Amino acid sequence: METDRTLTALAASRATIRWGKIRRLISALGGYLVLIGVGVLFVTPFYWMIVTALKSESQLFALPPTWIPAPAQFQNFARVFQEVPFGRFIINSGFLVVANVIGELISTTLIAYGFARLRFPGRNVLFLILLATLMIPGQITLVPRFILFAKLGWVNTYLPLIVPAFTGSPFLIFMVRQYMLTIPRDLDEAATIDGATRLQILRYIIVPICMPVMVLVAVFTFVNVWNDFMGPLIYLNDPEMFTVSLGLSFFRGTRDTSWHLLMAGSLLAMIPPVVLFFFAQRRLLGGIASVSIKG
Amino acid sequence: MQIVNRFSPLKSWQQMSPSARREALAGYCFISPWIVGFVVFMAGPVLASFILSFTAWNIVGDPRWIGLDNYVRILTSDPDFIQSLKVTFGYSLLYLPISTVCGLAVAMVMSLKLKGIGIFRTLFYLPYVSPSIAATLVWAWILNPRYGLLNTVLRFIGIEGPNWFGDPDTSLYGILMIGLWGVGGSAVIYLAGIQNIPAHLYEAAQIDGANAWRQFQHVTLPMLTPTIFYMVVMELIGVFQTFTTAFVATGGGPLRSTFFYMLYIYNKAWVSLQMGYASALAWILALIVLAITLLVFRSSPYWVYYESEQK
Repeated sequence: METDRTLTALAASRATIRWGKIRRLISALGGYLVLIGVGVLFVTPFYWMIVTALKSESQLFALPPTWIPAPAQFQNFARVFQEVPFGRFIINSGFLVVANVIGELISTTLIAYGFARLRFPGRNVLFLILLATLMIPGQITLVPRFILFAKLGWVNTYLPLIVPAFTGSPFLIFMVRQYMLTIPRDLDEAATIDGATRLQILRYIIVPICMPVMVLVAVFTFVNVWNDFMGPLIYLNDPEMFTVSLGLSFFRGTRDTSWHLLMAGSLLAMIPPVVLFFFAQRRLLGGIASVSIKG
Repeated sequence: MQIVNRFSPLKSWQQMSPSARREALAGYCFISPWIVGFVVFMAGPVLASFILSFTAWNIVGDPRWIGLDNYVRILTSDPDFIQSLKVTFGYSLLYLPISTVCGLAVAMVMSLKLKGIGIFRTLFYLPYVSPSIAATLVWAWILNPRYGLLNTVLRFIGIEGPNWFGDPDTSLYGILMIGLWGVGGSAVIYLAGIQNIPAHLYEAAQIDGANAWRQFQHVTLPMLTPTIFYMVVMELIGVFQTFTTAFVATGGGPLRSTFFYMLYIYNKAWVSLQMGYASALAWILALIVLAITLLVFRSSPYWVYYESEQK
């Protein structure tokens, strides 16, 4: 009797376990269906871009459109470089990116260290001012900045697009400073006792610990500068100096119907930020979240 | 969040020890790049913009003081101002609710605990890191009325799709689609918010017999309101500065149906070189955004839930 009851209970619990397994399987399946459905929405534009980039001009305007171009016109990518100085655009964008990343890394490190570690009268007020500047909309400073650079004779040079990076972007300073605050002060103090100067402490203790946030600074700056459109639009006139983003819009203006070449160019323009993001993904997603939630 | 460091009470320079003085000097040296940047690229321009907004100036020659003329003209007799404001407001009213709902929905999808979810998260995020010019060009091609992908699909199910960017009634929806493609940016932040919600709340809800929808409604959503609040403010500031998508996709047309406020400022400053007028336009926009942001802040006690708050 007793064993009977145990057995039925056992069978029942086995059934619930099996039932639970099936339910979990169904819900996972449903989950994947939703994921794929949403994924298709996000991926289709990428797909359409790649497909168009590989089409010939006649396939471009075929009705109904071809879903898989055959033969794939890989020479479209070469033609982008022949029709506009796309190689030049890439070098220009690359140069701006490198200069800005160097500028932001140096300036944000120094400034964040000053705010995080050193005591001086007015520090809190100055830091609150720094945070307040995050709220000032960009369009207010756009015109006077342009006038300033015009008076300096810097229009149609890269200086307006580089020099500000060496004064640090408030958002990045804030991010690095918050990170530095989490580093125990004991490390600095021990180094001071050993006779290290402030710059040595920064260089040999703080910076190595801050590497994760430094990567974030570099990635943010890279993507922002590479993708920037309005800055180059306002400051650069000479097509030889155009960046990839500006060059693409210029290309569009000259060849309004060459969608296959425009898509090939757009695809090339997407590669650097997308590849960078793939490699920095874990750190980046975590970093963005931690800054926006905790910050 | 630690905004303000714990700080010893302010001492005057004379009261400070020599080492404290040295530290303070070093501090000023370290932050000096920002101080220079703040004065030259921020405070100076803000002040200059304010003064310029009371002048007429085409960059060559000297600015001419005209008092409130720019503001009076903008507010009383400028049809372009009205049109650009209408477009920007209309688009914001369309974009903000839809992008918030889509951002939340995508974040919920991203938070599913399944194998390979990382790949999907990356996929959803990629459009956000793509150059806006590239995103705009793809969508301009997808929305091509005759050869575009969207109208082809619509034709397949028997609908003749609209002219999108060629029709003033649908052009804003085209801009909206470009914007929504980048919704992964806000979804990632919602996702972080979702992951910060303590598991015991869901366990308690389950014990009370709440199904998935009720858990979302009574646990996820209330716990996310601070994140939603933050995102609404950020998106609000961003959406009023919409520029690149409209500039490249439509140039403000057709019939000025996508003539965003930033396009107008750009035209005034860099096409007709009316620097004073453009500055006044910028200030009006800033004040409008500020007013709306304050309204959102004032509304927050009614819908934002902070756990640490005593009710």
